[in-house]
Amino acid sequence: MATPFWGSGGFMLEIKNLHATVNGKEILKGIDLTINDGEIHAVMGTNGAGKSTLSNVIVGNPAYEVTEGSITFNGKDLLAMKPEERAHEGIFMSFQTPIEIPGVSMTNFMRAAVNARRQAKGEEPLKSTDFLKIMREKRKLVEIDQKLMNRSVNEGFSGGEKKRNEIFQMAMLEPTFCILDETDSGLDVDALRIVAEGFNKLRTSETSAMVITHYQRLLDYIKPDIVHVLIDGKIVKTGGPDLALKIENEGFDWIKAELASI
Amino acid sequence: MSEQNQFVREVAEKKYEFGFTTDVQTEIIDKGLNEDVIRTISAKKGEPEWLLEFRLEAYRYWLTQEQPTWGHLTLPEIDYQAISYYADPTKKSADGEKKELDPELVKTFDKLGIPLEERLALSGMAVDAVMDSVSVKTTFKEKLAEKNIIFCSISEAVKEYPDLVRQYLGSVVPYRDNYFAALNSAVFSDGSFVYIPQGTRCPMELSTYFRINARNTGQFERTLIICDEGSYVSYLEGCTAPMRDENQLHAAIVEIVVMDNAEVKYSTVQNWYPGDENGKGGVLNLVTKRGHLRGVNSKLSWTQVETGSAITWKYPSCILQGDNSQAEFYSVAVTNNHQVADTGTKMIHIGKNTRSTIISKGISAGKSQNSYRGLVKVGTKADGARNYSSCDSLLLGSECGAHTFPYMDIHNNTATVEHEATTSKINEDQLFYCNQRGISTEEAVGLIVNGYAKDVINKLPMEFAVEAQKLLSVSLEGTVG
Amino acid sequence: MKSEQQYIELYGEVSNLIKQKSCDIMNNVRDAAFASFEKVGFPSKKVERYKYTDVDAYFAPNYGVSLNTLEVKPSKYIFRLAESPIDLSAYYNTIADNNDGITALNTAIAHDALVIYVPRNTRAEDPIQVDNWLRGNTSTMVNRRVLVILEQGAEATIIMNDHAEDKQRFLTTQVMEIFCKDNSHLDIYEIEETTPLCSRFSNVYINVERDCTVKHNSITLYNGQTRNLCDVVLKGENSEVTLNGCAIAGGSQRIDNNTLIDHRVPNCTSNELYKYVVDDKSVGAFAGKILVEKDAQKTVSHETNSNLCASADARMFTQPMLEIYADDVKCAHGSTVGVMDETALFYMRQRGVPEEEARMLLKNAFMGQVIDQIQLQPLRDKLFVKVEKRFRGELEKCDDCRLCK
Repeated sequence: MATPFWGSGGFMLEIKNLHATVNGKEILKGIDLTINDGEIHAVMGTNGAGKSTLSNVIVGNPAYEVTEGSITFNGKDLLAMKPEERAHEGIFMSFQTPIEIPGVSMTNFMRAAVNARRQAKGEEPLKSTDFLKIMREKRKLVEIDQKLMNRSVNEGFSGGEKKRNEIFQMAMLEPTFCILDETDSGLDVDALRIVAEGFNKLRTSETSAMVITHYQRLLDYIKPDIVHVLIDGKIVKTGGPDLALKIENEGFDWIKAELASI
Repeated sequence: MSEQNQFVREVAEKKYEFGFTTDVQTEIIDKGLNEDVIRTISAKKGEPEWLLEFRLEAYRYWLTQEQPTWGHLTLPEIDYQAISYYADPTKKSADGEKKELDPELVKTFDKLGIPLEERLALSGMAVDAVMDSVSVKTTFKEKLAEKNIIFCSISEAVKEYPDLVRQYLGSVVPYRDNYFAALNSAVFSDGSFVYIPQGTRCPMELSTYFRINARNTGQFERTLIICDEGSYVSYLEGCTAPMRDENQLHAAIVEIVVMDNAEVKYSTVQNWYPGDENGKGGVLNLVTKRGHLRGVNSKLSWTQVETGSAITWKYPSCILQGDNSQAEFYSVAVTNNHQVADTGTKMIHIGKNTRSTIISKGISAGKSQNSYRGLVKVGTKADGARNYSSCDSLLLGSECGAHTFPYMDIHNNTATVEHEATTSKINEDQLFYCNQRGISTEEAVGLIVNGYAKDVINKLPMEFAVEAQKLLSVSLEGTVG
Repeated sequence: MKSEQQYIELYGEVSNLIKQKSCDIMNNVRDAAFASFEKVGFPSKKVERYKYTDVDAYFAPNYGVSLNTLEVKPSKYIFRLAESPIDLSAYYNTIADNNDGITALNTAIAHDALVIYVPRNTRAEDPIQVDNWLRGNTSTMVNRRVLVILEQGAEATIIMNDHAEDKQRFLTTQVMEIFCKDNSHLDIYEIEETTPLCSRFSNVYINVERDCTVKHNSITLYNGQTRNLCDVVLKGENSEVTLNGCAIAGGSQRIDNNTLIDHRVPNCTSNELYKYVVDDKSVGAFAGKILVEKDAQKTVSHETNSNLCASADARMFTQPMLEIYADDVKCAHGSTVGVMDETALFYMRQRGVPEEEARMLLKNAFMGQVIDQIQLQPLRDKLFVKVEKRFRGELEKCDDCRLCK
């Protein structure tokens, strides 16, 4: 069988006519988006355009309600799945604001997550020693301090540490599709570089990602294949990496002007 | 030590500046309480039969009840037969209609800072002035009537708007609610009636001023406020009484009904005579105040500054029935000498996504006892209900007490209820800092206490806020030596 | 017939037998206690401190009263009151409040008492463990009486485990009097792990003298109906008392904790932390009062009660109280009833942790705050495991649990 022009894996994520509301207010007003194996898509847009809603809907945050449309992932209906089932399928979101969970240690948290995923795949839970060994390896890979592992999840972590912890968890869970939801917010350049390099290290040729950002900055490190512009709940423009550069220099007004002229 | 005592006495004697009496011809009925007395009151007020029945039913119920005793509240023995239940300081002509206002009455209210002449009025405030059992005068009635707002005494409302009164009277506080509610329902005299029609924002603050003057009388205020759909009103209440050696009884009921999208703000500055420095005399302030947030998105806020009364027994409450309704309770209670304040609120969450906030500041000095007593109840259907309560107490002196008794009954797993309370003495570093800047301890205490109470004072309308600030400082003079 | 009557009749029938089996020190106060019980009866819900528990209902069924002699393995610090080598009449029944009907009943019919006595300047190296096993082949009432005395400079850790076996109903009353003399240090744990057929009424009275540290921990892992009262009186300066509690209720269980810390003297500190998780149709109640008397200047007191309602039918009543008559104090209390943190729940699910598991982790973390404060490490480790098992529904051995359904 001939390899299709988009690669070998087919459509990894396919979003069709997606509408979603938060507290009864419509935020997404018909999104169509296809992400193939190994592709990096950047989604840019002004505040309140619906970028975070889009990522939260993909991972199934119960605070968001899908009113119309579909999302399939490797051919499976994602909307019918619970958040944890979506995670087991290989979807990972790096949170814009990682959540603090007092009293739950990082080790216990990760053990529960890794073993739940193994169980979903029909694998035995990891032995403690094996699990701790993997923890240690991944920790070194993303250069995260051991002392953070003994604390409760994200509790007392600095902004940079929290973001790095997200990348660490990504390393532990080995997802095939990653959403980086404004991973760059609140990070200085060095921290940004470390997080981006961590992501690039973990990435395989099959890993695809959706990178949500305001700025070109992050895209200097994580090079997108395709750039989308989201305004008022719709994708209004799609282009190559140069689109991100143009937005960095000129902002969004020219796109709005283009839209208005149609 | 004795020097300080003397100072305290001096302050106690000088500080209650509203302790004068008014020499006015007052018609007082004989002391005692029985069905005939109730018939007399009802007849004097020219009431319809249904209201007399209402009173008699309440009276019969009251007879079966006992005075409540709980916690810290030890009420003195009240001889209900030694009180006169009706005192009318207004002159009547032969046919019983009210004549011109007695100039003495006008002078009294002037002295209290409540001008009864509209041209002298504080800007944007209409007043209903009640002395003893009778409403003396209500200002700006006509102006308010232009917007179909009804603001008058409840006696007048019974005559002019009987259907409205009959529909709502006792609908929020039934006479069976408690001992004093039953007593009030039997013998209530005067108070205010407010009706804000649909979609109306009341253009001025409505205010009732209560004055007890006559000796050995009880005052049984009855106020009813109805705020119809989409309307707004801010209502203020002030109270004073002369200095008398015997206790005077003020047993009130205030009922508020708030419909869909309506908002009521109710503010009280209570400065009844607190009794002398030995605890002799003073008003027994036994009050049932309750708001029923019937409508969706309705709002009610109670703000109170309690500085007077020998005993205060008062829990302005909210029944949050309408979905998304919001209730607030802001309270500052200051007690000095032998005063006892037992005050707080009840927030009963019934509707979905209802919210309530409680901020209470107690300040105790002298030999007084100051308690916050409150209940937050979340019913089984009140999904998403939230309450936040914060109750702080400040102790000035080693002979007083400050207590916090919150009750929380949570019957819904989606509710979030938070309560926090602290008790401490006045911060000595702050005092010293003030001293170092040349501010006397006395004055510094006033400043610090006002700062402490600021969250609540800020909720009062401007004119009242200034008054309340002065009152706080005055009430606490002589407490720190 | 009110339920008191059967106990009044019982006393008439068996008081002689009880007296024969008992000892002078207990018999001396027995009739007076009974008279007090006759007078006050069981507290009704109108009594403020009993407003959340219908005592009468639990005492109404007909129980056989256990008059078995205590089995006490000979030990350095534990003995039966009847076999006491020293005169303890200055302690027995001196701080228990016989105006409380349950205490009075216990004083009247308890025929034996357990004594834990740590002599002057003695440190009990190993924790003193007392295991109470409720077993029998008929509904049984057990009246347990305990006396704990730490002499000057003594130090001890005491663990009291309550277990129940068999498919029988048990009604337990417990009255424990604890005396901490100057400079003594006590760390005491009461751990209940019984069955839904058990009712427990425990009244603990603690007297604390100068320079002491006292920690009382009440842990209810599994039960039927539990009512724990704990009254502490601080009588000597520079002492510190901590009352901690952990209550986990599911099914139709009830847990009612009622505490009073009475600061009578200056310069003492009290801390209190009680946490509840109420699930299914269970009911939790907490009432804790901090009383600071007039002379108790420089008191520092902090009380926290946090509760998690995990199901729509669960109920929580809480009542943190401050009653303060001294001015130079720092007292605070806080109480919360809340829901599980939805954002944390979602975060965990995004990482692939199933919802049930995530809830369990959060409940565990919530209780962890109390367990963390346990100083005795082996016990702390054990309780972490037990609490987790409890939340997984693996602790119950009865037909009311998820595991057996």
